[in-house]
Amino acid sequence: MTPDYDLAVIGGGPAGVAGALTAALAGLGVVLIDAAPRLGGQYFRRPAPGFRAGRPGALHHGLDRFTRQCEDLAGRADVLTGHRVWTVERDGGAVTVRCLAGDREERPRTVTARRLLIAAGAHDRPLPFPGWDLPGVLTPGAAQALLKGDLVVAGRRVVVAGTGPFLLPVAAGLAAAGAHVLGVHEAGGRTGLARHPFLAAGKLAEAFGYGARLARHRVPYRGRQAVVEAHGDGALTHVTIADLDRDWNPVATRTVACDTLACGYGFVAQLDLPVQLGCALRADPYGDLAVTVDAGMRTSVPGVYAAGETTGVGGAVLAEAEGRLAGRAVAADLGRRVPPDPVLSRRRDRLAAFARALGEAYPVRPGWRGWLRDDTPVCRCEEVPLAAVREALELGATDARSVKLLSRAGMGWCQGRMCGYAVSCLAGGSPAGDARAGAGGQGGGEARPGAGPAAFHRPIAQPVRLGDLAGTAAEPPRPGPPGTPAEVSHPPTEG
Amino acid sequence: MPDIVVVGAGIIGAACAHYAARAGLDVAVVDRGPVAGGTTGAGEGNVLVSDKEPGPELDLALLSNRLWRELAASPDGDGGRDGTGAAGGSGGGTGPEGGGGFEFEEKGGLVVAENARVLRELTAFADLAGKHGVEHVAVTADGLRDYEPHLAADLAGGVFYPQDAQVQPMLAAARLLRRGAERFGGGAPALRTGVTVTGFLRDGDRVTGVRTDRGDILAGAVVNAAGTWGGELAALAGARVPILPRRGFVLVTEPLDRPLVRHKVYTAAYVTAVASDSAGLETSAVVEGTPAGTVLIGASRERTGFDRTLSVPVLGRLAAQAVALFPALAERRAIRAYCGFRPYCPDHLPVIGEDPRAPGLYHACGHEGAGIGLAPATGHLIAQLLTGHRPDLDLTPFRPDRFEEGLP
Amino acid sequence: MSGADATADGGGAAVNPAHRLVRARPEPEFAIEVDGGTVPVIPGQTIGAALYGAGIRSWRTTRSGGRPRGLFCGIGVCFDCLVTVNGAPSLRACLTEARPGDRVSTRTAGSGEGDAGHAREGTRSPGGDGAGEGGVGR
Ligand SMILES: Cc1cc2nc3c(=O)[nH]c(=O)nc-3n(C[C@H](O)[C@H](O)[C@H](O)COP(=O)(O)OP(=O)(O)OC[C@H]3O[C@@H](n4cnc5c(N)ncnc54)[C@H](O)[C@@H]3O)c2cc1C
Ligand SMILES: Cc1cc2nc3c(=O)[nH]c(=O)nc-3n(C[C@H](O)[C@H](O)[C@H](O)COP(=O)(O)OP(=O)(O)OC[C@H]3O[C@@H](n4cnc5c(N)ncnc54)[C@H](O)[C@@H]3O)c2cc1C
Ligand code: FES
Repeated sequence: MTPDYDLAVIGGGPAGVAGALTAALAGLGVVLIDAAPRLGGQYFRRPAPGFRAGRPGALHHGLDRFTRQCEDLAGRADVLTGHRVWTVERDGGAVTVRCLAGDREERPRTVTARRLLIAAGAHDRPLPFPGWDLPGVLTPGAAQALLKGDLVVAGRRVVVAGTGPFLLPVAAGLAAAGAHVLGVHEAGGRTGLARHPFLAAGKLAEAFGYGARLARHRVPYRGRQAVVEAHGDGALTHVTIADLDRDWNPVATRTVACDTLACGYGFVAQLDLPVQLGCALRADPYGDLAVTVDAGMRTSVPGVYAAGETTGVGGAVLAEAEGRLAGRAVAADLGRRVPPDPVLSRRRDRLAAFARALGEAYPVRPGWRGWLRDDTPVCRCEEVPLAAVREALELGATDARSVKLLSRAGMGWCQGRMCGYAVSCLAGGSPAGDARAGAGGQGGGEARPGAGPAAFHRPIAQPVRLGDLAGTAAEPPRPGPPGTPAEVSHPPTEG
Repeated sequence: MPDIVVVGAGIIGAACAHYAARAGLDVAVVDRGPVAGGTTGAGEGNVLVSDKEPGPELDLALLSNRLWRELAASPDGDGGRDGTGAAGGSGGGTGPEGGGGFEFEEKGGLVVAENARVLRELTAFADLAGKHGVEHVAVTADGLRDYEPHLAADLAGGVFYPQDAQVQPMLAAARLLRRGAERFGGGAPALRTGVTVTGFLRDGDRVTGVRTDRGDILAGAVVNAAGTWGGELAALAGARVPILPRRGFVLVTEPLDRPLVRHKVYTAAYVTAVASDSAGLETSAVVEGTPAGTVLIGASRERTGFDRTLSVPVLGRLAAQAVALFPALAERRAIRAYCGFRPYCPDHLPVIGEDPRAPGLYHACGHEGAGIGLAPATGHLIAQLLTGHRPDLDLTPFRPDRFEEGLP
Repeated sequence: MSGADATADGGGAAVNPAHRLVRARPEPEFAIEVDGGTVPVIPGQTIGAALYGAGIRSWRTTRSGGRPRGLFCGIGVCFDCLVTVNGAPSLRACLTEARPGDRVSTRTAGSGEGDAGHAREGTRSPGGDGAGEGGVGR
């Protein structure tokens, strides 16, 4: 069976669009798949057409350029927006991408391609603290998405807290859109950026640019501070802000009245799909995981490429550069004549080094664990309090997976996307450490399908209706690895 | 020096340690991973008597069923004290305090027949099992809905098995270990996670302990409860115990607001296929609700080595079977799937007993798809052997050297 | 509240600074029904954004603790925001674009039975100006 396309790209953010366009311009048959109704990903999230925004670029740097890329892409590739990928499979020379189309009357749709580029982006990384599940507490990304996509300002009196440079555009955007931003509380040192030699150029100016914008709206930017508790009876009414020591232990606290808290501690790359395929992962020094790629953005799995946040959190500009590199590599690997582009490669390397340095400048420090109380929910979905996580550890759990098995933390709707990082840390490790341990010790930890870190092991990346799943029953199951004889049947002792 | 070292902190190792500690032995348990990190953490918690033909496995299952009830009822519960804790906010089963701290639920199993012929065979099967102590109630086609209101309409009838029950296997393993330590042992069983057994200590033929990556542990006897890896472990002692992986996938739905499935429900189709040699993949979905509101649909069986790659058609078949039983499930979503590797022997019976080729080494592994159900009986019997008592059941069918050539 | 103003005034010119920021000239809004009440929507908005914009901060309660939930991640990964739309359960409000005539029910899978998590009774963000910065603790 010939695959439908030369290349399937998952993700319509800066990385995916650049990759798809580059490959299409090189003459490949390309399909781009994204869950959202409009291209853009997180950074270039745009208001719905119903807003008839005359100046959508007010909320983004570089939107015009991205919009042009989308227009160029439209005639050259198939663009499937509103398609959620729930699983990817690889069989010999082709990949099968299984999607659900539509945001409610879902229809299954399957796409096959010779090559796959995964550019699925990231999501916010929250840390638990007492009250973090109160309505009115959301992630910075959520505040940003509401503003950019729906022109809804998350609140009236807003506190922004967490760590990392992303807090700055969020606060600036909210302030510009009319919210009273009471403060940006950066748990890391405020001077973290400037200390690193890499950060003396480029982005620092941008940080200062935000500095000026924040100053214009009289938004204070404080280092070594964090929201350690959120209060309210059914909804947020105020927060406790603490001064922190180096390790993020609170040293003094005060309360601030607010109706909204946007709080997040960096990003987590969405690795479900690469882990399904068995792509090798790399642990950053600060404990995060990303897909390992070579200079052409090839993963360890033949025919599978990755770009953007999938290869490490690094922002929209790096994402675009990586997308272009990936598109070129795919084209070259499929026999198109693509001359090397050393300038682009060097640019990518520089930006990636900068991103790594940024990650190192904003690490999560261990003191946050002290913010939690016994009854603080660590897992929001299954409502698992800290005490239950501790009990699981006492019972013999040693990592995120075994804590999950004994406490249900991470077993609910979000499948550990929100609590996974915290649970790994509470178990005394890090997602990276769990990755090294492999999937629960079952047959070693080397990279192969399903053997990745338990915390990212989600064979079903998006909920799928059983009725739709049943529709795949007629397909013949793939044969096992060679040399495994068919088995004699036996009554199912547990079904 | 402990009296015994148990290798493996899965449900079988936990049960062996628990009963040995109860019998007054000092027990150490080692596992290269966490507690319940092997197949015990990758399966389901059905404790079934409904699916077994009369024979040694059914005898084991019936003994085990009784012991599970005892364990769940036992008032020593460190589970009772804080069952809400580790069971999570939404756990609980028969109430958060109940279920022995491991969500034991006496929910019963409903086996349904799709047509009159299958119903006849099912009824005959149940009557025969009844003669060996399996309680059962015949259910008419109309009666099915009293048990399961959402069941498909076109079924011919079924049999209800009140003894079928359910546990949360990971909690059960952890709690059994803990209880053995707190209540019965003299400071044991001591659980050591992250310790890999790499060989055996010998005195002549006799096994006198284990060699691990964290040093040697001398002991009076060693129990091989290494599950799917039990064959590899036995090989370190020079004994051949053929245990192979048999892969199974389980599908988990979103948590439902109202229970859709009350019992364990599955079709009788397999009864007719018992003797057939169907090749390759086999699915026969057991559908059941959990205290957390999810519906579990499991499990497939395939021999594909240790390959964890998701197989969409396999999940598709499980889903199709579940939807055929409960049409309302078609609109509900699967949010998770996982797979595990059942430890299986060519004759589909577990290996329980001392190895004559390596005296001092006791095997308790190879329970295939029924290790959760069979764990307490296995632990109890091993403890009887270790303390020189006559085991309650004849262990001949389970003896470790039965695969040697030339033996009957 | 700023979000509520955005929609409650029929997209009125220059009322919502976010609209002003991007020079939005929104199409006429429509209403959706949420647990019997109505919530205004600008075409293209998600159900979650419309609810948030109308000042409704929570619309679901958790299965066991009965805790209120609304938007958290905003991009479809946390599943806090589940709603039932026209009878279809467990949809993520932050991903699901509102359509004219939608009837949203907040008794979704994952919420307790007989819960109090209806939008009408749900948590609303404070309307007036709150107090200033509180006192210094400890
Ligand atoms: C909520 C949020 C808001 C952000 N806002 C900003 C900002 O304002 N400024 C800034 O500098 N950075 C922001 N970031 C950081 C942002 O991740 C990067 O700047 C940039 O968007 C990365 O580009 P990308 O192409 O790698 O991924 P993204 O832009 O994240 O694009 C990934 C795309 O993949 C799609 N996708 C993922 N999984 C699937 C699937 N299974 N099926 C189908 N489609 C899928 C997503 O819908 C998404 O459109 C934000 C991040 C988040 C999580
Ligand atoms: C999908 C699926 C569904 C199932 N459903 C049911 C069911 O409903 N009911 C039922 O009764 N059964 C069920 N089973 C079967 C059941 O899970 C197994 O029979 C049971 O878990 C086996 O337990 P165990 O303790 O022998 O093995 P395991 O739980 O695998 O424990 C063995 C342990 O030994 C450790 N180990 C191995 N080698 C070494 C070494 N060298 N050094 C140190 N430690 C070592 C491993 O780390 C592991 O933790 C199911 C299985 C699967 C796969
Ligand atoms: S707010 Fe997280 S999924 Fe909708």
